[in-house]
Amino acid sequence: MKKYEKIIAPLLAILLGILIGTILLVFSGKSPIYMFSTLIKSVIGYDILKPGPINLRYFGEFLVFSMPIILTGLSVGFAYRTGLFNIGGEGQVLVGSAASTAAALLLPMSGVPHLIACLLAGALAGAIWAFIPGILQVKKNINVVVTAIMLNYVGLHFSNWVVQQMPTFAKAKTDYFPVSLKSPFLASITNNSRLHWGIIVVLVALVIYHVLIEKTSFGYSLRATGFNREGARYAGMKVDRNVVYAMMISGAMAGLAGAIITLGTFGYGRQLGASEGYGFDGIAVALVGGCNSIGIFLAGLLFGALKVAQPAMQALQIPKDIATIISACIILFVSMQYGIMDVVYKVVGRFKKKDEVVTKDGGEA
Amino acid sequence: MNILYDMFSLALMMATPILIAGLGGLFSERSGVVNIALEGMMQVGAFACAGLVFVLEPHFAPGSPMPIAFGLVLGAICGLVLSIIHAYACIHLKADHTISGTAVNLLATGVSLYACQIIFDQQRTPAFTKAISKVSVPILKDIPVIGDLFFDNVYPTFYLGIIIMILTWFIVFKTPFGLRLRSCGEFPQASASMGINVIKMRYIAVLTSGFLAGLAGGVMVMSQNTQFTAAAIHGYGFIAIAALIFGKWNPFGLLGASIFFGFAQTLGLYVKDISFLAVFPPEFFNALPYALTIIALIVFSGKYNGPKAAGEIYDAGKR
Repeated sequence: MKKYEKIIAPLLAILLGILIGTILLVFSGKSPIYMFSTLIKSVIGYDILKPGPINLRYFGEFLVFSMPIILTGLSVGFAYRTGLFNIGGEGQVLVGSAASTAAALLLPMSGVPHLIACLLAGALAGAIWAFIPGILQVKKNINVVVTAIMLNYVGLHFSNWVVQQMPTFAKAKTDYFPVSLKSPFLASITNNSRLHWGIIVVLVALVIYHVLIEKTSFGYSLRATGFNREGARYAGMKVDRNVVYAMMISGAMAGLAGAIITLGTFGYGRQLGASEGYGFDGIAVALVGGCNSIGIFLAGLLFGALKVAQPAMQALQIPKDIATIISACIILFVSMQYGIMDVVYKVVGRFKKKDEVVTKDGGEA
Repeated sequence: MNILYDMFSLALMMATPILIAGLGGLFSERSGVVNIALEGMMQVGAFACAGLVFVLEPHFAPGSPMPIAFGLVLGAICGLVLSIIHAYACIHLKADHTISGTAVNLLATGVSLYACQIIFDQQRTPAFTKAISKVSVPILKDIPVIGDLFFDNVYPTFYLGIIIMILTWFIVFKTPFGLRLRSCGEFPQASASMGINVIKMRYIAVLTSGFLAGLAGGVMVMSQNTQFTAAAIHGYGFIAIAALIFGKWNPFGLLGASIFFGFAQTLGLYVKDISFLAVFPPEFFNALPYALTIIALIVFSGKYNGPKAAGEIYDAGKR
């Protein structure tokens, strides 16, 4: 694929996804203007239908929702570069949340070291949760996809159980933690949003992702494994080890997403009735972002906007599930990008000179 | 002994949607297309079925089975329609099967909940009054043990599942069509060289799998629920795929695997009555069927790893 195609194809997918969402809204008798105005308002805090001063709290909340999605995007992207499809982000986020809850409430520590221990606990739990499908793929040749999906369900029930065992658990949540990522400073500059220091975690993760994948020999052998597993094995790379490590690093990033949600956004442990969809958002983000760090960052902001705007849409009688439909369409179109580019070339080819098209088809007369 | 018979009857009810959806997956994977979108197709089928049953019920005599029959048919058709997207993406537009399947699952969740809000103005369908009821087969139910297990107080949908299973076995393993279908899943380039239309075969297989998965969704919501909600399918489509692997892509193995998973689900409901299991927390039993799926895959993972070309993007020019 040529370089400009890598940028055009995801943009085309996003446009088509939003277009389908808009058409669907029109057909079901809802006004798409409300959807767009809500999206804009949720991102920059400016209501185009009711002009007034910009409210930065919306921007802060938008970042709060985008941060874990960027992390799960990095998680899926990391595995994907190694040729693995980590669909287990959902479960890894949940066990990461539960582990950081347990670490925050049970470890006899205080201050910044405690906070770091909590984050590491979340990352470790996610890594362990992703280790299981990785090792089963390598040792037993069981597809990572199936195991990871099952672990999503196990993770939901297991993390609920862990949270219930906490000493201060009552009414589906624990007491506030002694430590948290909450930041009065970040809250004050965004008009009292829940924006927290997790943003540092996300930025560090983005840099680590980029350096690890693009700049180290370990990253090179991971990418080689992703391109052609047998080729990499023939070249002497430890393919099986790479698969397990890639899954664990991928899981650690998803676990971190869970940790910053618990430690930053809420500051207390929660019992959940169902997963919150961060893992599946991560799939969309990684694919749209082309699995590189800048792309994932930008795509994370896009899907963060779609996620944060949902309650406001519902309040305006726009079913919030339209956001899910748009996300699904975007994933679908990105997955079909080779086919779509073929169609684009056919359409473009009609307007070009005949001999150019012939060359593209391999020089046949 | 009675509690065991009750459990078995419930296990068969739980097993039926897994069996039917798994047979759909069998068609698709045997033709070379991995279909993790079964979950989404079941979801759409369940929504369409539950919705139509609710709408039709007032127009029929109370207790009439007709609304359920219409509902199941509509559910199956909706599953088929959704599968067209997956088929087109995977076969024509060279999409990765797993990614396309994930997208279709997400789309199914979005569309069914969106439609609930547009049509019924809430996050779920309203409750229907009459679900599928149990039947007993005369004469056969008097056979000792077997009669109690399979012919007394059993949901008729289980027999539907068995009929579909036998049909699938016959079509896939005993007809020329089935041989061609299976060859497309093993070595599509070789099939194409023998004059088999690989693309057509795969379309037929994926559409069949959508039809069956939609039917399974309808069966599931009509026997295990009173309405369609976001959690109506809760992973049964994925368990069907696991059952397919566990049953070695064979209809009879699939039946055994489905009953096994049905039992795992039932255990959680009966745990209160079995004293030595009651010490475990309820979360343990909620997670049990999914954990058992993984354990079963570990224990029974054997040499045969399914159709060779399943999941590969078909490239007619590849050697």
